[in-house]
Amino acid sequence: MSPSQEASADAAGIPVTLTVNGTTHRLTVQPTAVLLDVLRERLQLTGTKKGCDHGQCGACTVILDGRRVNSCMVLAAMKDGSSVTTIEGLAEDGRLHPMQQAFIEHDAFQCGYCTPGQIMSAVALLEEGRANTVEEIREYMSGNLCRCGAYVNIVAAIQQVLATGRRSATP
Amino acid sequence: MNNFEYLRAETLDQAVAAAAANPAAKFIAGGTNLVDLMKYNVERPERVIDITRLPLREIAPTEEGGLLIGALVPNSDLAYDERIQACYPLLASAILAGASPQLRNSATTGGNLLQRTRCYYFYDPGTPCNKREPGTGCPAIEGQNRIHAILGTSEHCIATHPSDMCVGLAALEAVIHVQGQGGARRIPIGEFHRLPGDTPHIDTTLRHDEVVTGVELPPSDYGSNHTYLKLRDRLSYAFALVSVAAALKIEDGVVAKARLALGGVAHKPWRDTAAEALLVGNPPGRERFAAAAEEVLRDARGYAHNSFKIELARRAIIRALEQAAAGTPQSQTDKRIR
Repeated sequence: MSPSQEASADAAGIPVTLTVNGTTHRLTVQPTAVLLDVLRERLQLTGTKKGCDHGQCGACTVILDGRRVNSCMVLAAMKDGSSVTTIEGLAEDGRLHPMQQAFIEHDAFQCGYCTPGQIMSAVALLEEGRANTVEEIREYMSGNLCRCGAYVNIVAAIQQVLATGRRSATP
Repeated sequence: MNNFEYLRAETLDQAVAAAAANPAAKFIAGGTNLVDLMKYNVERPERVIDITRLPLREIAPTEEGGLLIGALVPNSDLAYDERIQACYPLLASAILAGASPQLRNSATTGGNLLQRTRCYYFYDPGTPCNKREPGTGCPAIEGQNRIHAILGTSEHCIATHPSDMCVGLAALEAVIHVQGQGGARRIPIGEFHRLPGDTPHIDTTLRHDEVVTGVELPPSDYGSNHTYLKLRDRLSYAFALVSVAAALKIEDGVVAKARLALGGVAHKPWRDTAAEALLVGNPPGRERFAAAAEEVLRDARGYAHNSFKIELARRAIIRALEQAAAGTPQSQTDKRIR
């Protein structure tokens, strides 16, 4: 087996290199550590939220190697060499990502707890390029629950960004 | 979550050997089910073998004119693959009916096959469960059983298999490729999942040391005469109460070939070849569809809270066959059922 097997025998944990929002981190993680907890507790990136912790609510959504995933269901030890984008990585030079701006303009949240996950999911949805109609936006955002019920405004925010064609904070 | 030994397999042989050496070992790929079950202490593996570095991510044509899907192909990649969309749209539709985009990005083909039931009692280590702890009993039979099975149940377990993808695979007669210490073998999808009987803790015929390496699809010729109709408590991101995969080959106004499989009703994807035979040789029509539905549900048995599933399944089968016959598959984004 690979050196990681030797490392696993070490109670200190498993070495992983993660590139998070463009910054490379060399960490040692326990086998039980999930990506969500590593982001929040080791890297102090607390924008990513822990909702259900069981892959049901989408509050922990991040973009991992170019795809949106529930970070609560990902063992960090398995992601050596991966790249992660979190909500903290969307703005550039103090300019919000157009999706962040649209959420503000459309009042697309109430308590805000699900919002980072909603925005990360919506940013990935733009990249995927499969959502054109309202029905498609709703379906492809269905992995993100909002207990305040801000869905109507969330869909409106996403529609606005889709219409502008902007995909990043860079004008 | 219990602590465990993490091993990263670089080769298939390493993965198999690592599992064979520890009866409490588990393979992990997408982790969307295993990690969840570990967080609930339902699964407590001593050793977790990471197989995600194995070269099982391709979708390749077979000599027979079908496709071999690598076990590590994510559900989303499979559903959106051009060849799958063109030749196996029923499979693409079934996959997109399940879970969320995030989960489909993580979850793999092999892992989807090995999903465990979403029975509330199975998920709660504070209750007895014959599937989780053999011999402790099945509280679902007398308890909250609205989501439970109506076909193929036993006095030991009435859990359902949660997968949508597997219902599509059952209708398409997929063959599961596995490899273990005894070598490689191929298991038809119908023989891969088990009925509960008196050993409900055993979900599949896969042996402990065997890794799913791929899923083979034989050539398919149903054109647009197919559908995956999924009925659930909300319009998206919920497990099926009843789902129906249907495919028809219609020649000169007569059904030449039929496939019919149900999800949400049994411990395994429930294909009924006798019902399919009732359709073959006849023009597609409501009367024959109703006869097929009666055949599927002949031995159905409801419990206190799930008897509604029998009538729901009957109607869903008829509607799905109508959709298939008309060549108007159920959309998985526009949820209106036509």
